[in-house]
Amino acid sequence: MIDKRFDSAREAVADIFDGATIMIGGFGEAGSPIELIHALIDQGAKSLTVVSNNSGTGLVGLAALLRAERVSKIVCSFPKTAGSTVFPDLYRAGKIELELVPQGTLAERIRAGGAGIVAFYTPTAVGTPLAQGKESRVFGEREHVLEHGIRADFTLIKGHTADTHGNVLYHRTARNFAPMMATAATVTIVQAAEVVEAGALDPEIIVTPGIFVDRVVHVPSPALESALNEAGASYP
Amino acid sequence: MTSATTTGWTRDQIAMRVAQDIANGSYVNLGIGIPELVASHVPAGRTFIYHTENGLLGMGPSPATGQGDPELINAGKRRVTMMPGAAFFDQATSFAMIRGGHLDLSVLGALQVAANGDLANWSTGADDAIPAVGGAMDLVAGVKRVFVMTTHMTKEGEPKLVQHCTYPLTGRAVVTRIYTDLAVIDVTPRGFALVELAPGIPFDFVQERTGAPIIQSHALEARK
Repeated sequence: MIDKRFDSAREAVADIFDGATIMIGGFGEAGSPIELIHALIDQGAKSLTVVSNNSGTGLVGLAALLRAERVSKIVCSFPKTAGSTVFPDLYRAGKIELELVPQGTLAERIRAGGAGIVAFYTPTAVGTPLAQGKESRVFGEREHVLEHGIRADFTLIKGHTADTHGNVLYHRTARNFAPMMATAATVTIVQAAEVVEAGALDPEIIVTPGIFVDRVVHVPSPALESALNEAGASYP
Repeated sequence: MTSATTTGWTRDQIAMRVAQDIANGSYVNLGIGIPELVASHVPAGRTFIYHTENGLLGMGPSPATGQGDPELINAGKRRVTMMPGAAFFDQATSFAMIRGGHLDLSVLGALQVAANGDLANWSTGADDAIPAVGGAMDLVAGVKRVFVMTTHMTKEGEPKLVQHCTYPLTGRAVVTRIYTDLAVIDVTPRGFALVELAPGIPFDFVQERTGAPIIQSHALEARK
């Protein structure tokens, strides 16, 4: 019998090691796996490389992980969302490295990493500072830059409903990077508001098939970054 | 110089003017900020389907303040609604729509646009700036037509339409048409070319506020 459930976020992130590369889902607060991130803060792993579209807001979730100085590098498309002060302060102080990647290239690099494509050519960013130093090639009279797939040791994502086999459904625009990130890590950890037995979900509507998911944690009422920030929360 | 009472189009009037040039049934991505106003000025009888690159086709207007779903947001991370026929999808699919040329139009803001269509809209390159690009480079690389919607000048009174961009580029030779408070201007192989002046705005007034020559004779041809 397959059952990928873990009893707690704490147990699900227990083996994350110093120096690991971790993909973290979310576009702004939509899809941000706050409970898994907080468990990672408690767990203590450091010198992490984080791959995530944004850098968190306020003093909770991803911003709290950065503030605890556990992250040495972030691979990101937009690290200065309104309400984001932790990353700018660390960046200006030289305490964190930033690899800035166009959002679509970031998505495709993660997709490629998970799909066994080592690198690909894209027209995005040609002629801009983000193409500097990258190999380029002309196809059909148009210049393209070579971008490499990304893989990670762990992926942390937020689903809405998961089953015991790790099949996952998402909620609206919380889906964003999660389906690709699930494919691109050695260990993919999903927190889900609802966890059901295998067979309860219609196979026609599965978004992330369970083969990409290793651990499922039931988080019945996940916190929202905006609500925590409005309440003045900080973690830990 | 023409008198200081010459004002041109308001932001909403610019948005209305942009919307006139969008065909019924177009799939459109509106950039954050001033381009978002286009959605409030759709001409009667037309329907546009809005794409937001964080994963929704069929985006609807913002809900009332305090309402809505914190996980139903646009690329500016503000709450939105969804229209009948809407669809959610992941980021790889969303940028396949963009890079694959499936969207009809992208309307973006600008820091600078050059006479050859180069666009700079993500960074001033200042030393203390936090670099952040989002999906802008993918949009300009992949969408069929790129409209820029912007004030004609910066707050400091510098032209935004220039011979060469001095800020870091978003893309090379990507802009199709520019809508400002003063005029509608095409990017052509010969440089900027006038399509239309805002009411009461003389051509010379626009040219004086533009950092590169504008071909005036183009206007009649562009309206044919």
